[in-house]
Amino acid sequence: MTPRILSPLVLGLLLIFLIGPFFIIIAASLSAGDTLAFPPQGLSLRWVLKVFTIDSFRDSFAMSMLLAVGGTLAALVLGIPAAYALSRYKLPGAETIRTIVSLPIIVPGIIVGLALLRYLVVPFGFNITLALFFAHTALVLPYAVRVVSASLNNLRSDIEEAAVLLGSSRAGAFFRVVMPNIRGGILAAFILGFVTSFNQVPVSLFLSGPGVRTLPIDMLGYMETTYDPSIAALSALLAFLSIGIVFLAERFLGFSRYV
Amino acid sequence: MSDTYLQLDKLTLAYGDTVAVKDLDLSIRKGELVALLGPSGCGKTTTMRSIAGLLNPASGRITLDGADITSVSANKRNIGLVFQSYALFPHLTVYENVAFGLRLKGVSGQDLDAKVTAGIKSVGLASFAARKPGELSGGQQQRVALARSMVMEPKVLLLDEPLSNLDARLRLEMRAELQRVQKETGVTMIFVTHDQIEALALADRIVVMLNGGIEQIGTPEEIYNKPVSAFVADFVGFENVFALENGKLATSNSLVELSAPAPQAAKGLAWRPRMVILGSGPFQGTVRGTSFAGNVREYLLDTPLGPIKAEVDAAEPSHAIGSTLAFDLPLGAAAPLSRYR
Repeated sequence: MTPRILSPLVLGLLLIFLIGPFFIIIAASLSAGDTLAFPPQGLSLRWVLKVFTIDSFRDSFAMSMLLAVGGTLAALVLGIPAAYALSRYKLPGAETIRTIVSLPIIVPGIIVGLALLRYLVVPFGFNITLALFFAHTALVLPYAVRVVSASLNNLRSDIEEAAVLLGSSRAGAFFRVVMPNIRGGILAAFILGFVTSFNQVPVSLFLSGPGVRTLPIDMLGYMETTYDPSIAALSALLAFLSIGIVFLAERFLGFSRYV
Repeated sequence: MSDTYLQLDKLTLAYGDTVAVKDLDLSIRKGELVALLGPSGCGKTTTMRSIAGLLNPASGRITLDGADITSVSANKRNIGLVFQSYALFPHLTVYENVAFGLRLKGVSGQDLDAKVTAGIKSVGLASFAARKPGELSGGQQQRVALARSMVMEPKVLLLDEPLSNLDARLRLEMRAELQRVQKETGVTMIFVTHDQIEALALADRIVVMLNGGIEQIGTPEEIYNKPVSAFVADFVGFENVFALENGKLATSNSLVELSAPAPQAAKGLAWRPRMVILGSGPFQGTVRGTSFAGNVREYLLDTPLGPIKAEVDAAEPSHAIGSTLAFDLPLGAAAPLSRYR
């Protein structure tokens, strides 16, 4: 076969591999039957509607949202100054700092979760919600630093000096001329961080307790006891939520410029 | 000087352990247009940044209008700076860029609008007020930067390489623009350049810098006609520069007797290519290269004195490469240098 035929074939297979499951989930969620199955047995919206009636999903969805929004905001509060310092000053050990900040992406989540549980929660009785919050903040931090750094590196640093010479303080210059120009990068980092945190499983798996569960963990637990299409319906809803967020971001921010 | 406005006293500037400027003394009068001229790395930009307050001196003092401003922070000096890259705020319109400093000063309402509008109009960009910097040409951006600084009525306006990013036609326009601004406002202007032609054309006074120190200060005429050192001489076009030893020209391998005694105090002599007389004289040279430059023809000669550059009227008969010529370095035309190194 020539590359001319081969490459669309490979691309097609890849797309089926990546997106195929999504369609299976959607189809399964629209089933009228009682068990999770593909192809679906009949068509109905009953499982989609049922998702909204399950209390534990509602609680864990709230927890996931709280972690995703709170953890990402915390990561940005830490990450923006870090990115600023890394891009504007010649720091000793800047490479090391960059590496350390990136570690949560490199180290498997299982290890992070286990370590937090074994050395923070178990010996000190550390509040598990707080541990989850720290873990998610740390997981999102690399994205915050990297994406914001990218925008900062594209921004001339002499505009800050110009602002200072026009009477602004250094801090004022940051808020008046730096922040407005990296706003797109910050929003991009927020969305990436939000999605990363929201979809996080391995770390959260270890840091769950009575009444404290993120949505993905709750879904795993639900599936162990109840094998009905509501889990597919919830997955489909979450997938649409993600698509919606990314679509809006692309539409209003040109998201792909930053990632 | 009694009417000194801006004074630098024994100013030493350093980046970490690297000293960029050492013990610099400079007095500038109110309303003067001064050029800091020198090759890259000579400390001219560093000096300018320290005047603006963007760099704290390691030692020394800066006085402006009778007040010591050495430790006054950059945002309180009211010194304007037009950056080489213009440094406009990309997220703000031309109008808001120009209004930026005035707003911080607390100017508002009609007063603000009147000043900003007048500022934009004075640089000929009235119809561009609503544009963003990214939608303007380089020359237009620079004029916005100029207006942004000038509406603040700065005590001193600094310009970093104001003409180097512009094409030849815009350069002429900008020169005229800067001269107009200076004439209309009487602002004290200091601009940094590596281009001697710009400095000669624009400045009232030129400060030639080299290796973190001042090599010569003078009017454009003084710098052009009476360079004091080998470096300045070469920089302003005296391309044949020789050291003097015991009244003789020092070449790479011998001392050459001159036709008349050199001035007593001179440490060196310099000739422009067009001062060299070709066709007669005590020296002999071989033409290595020749080029036609409109009004004149330029020659590069291989001589016992070393390479000599000469320039003669293009109407004169030309000399072929390889031919041997007599030439003279007339003592009367030479610029005597008080410093060779």
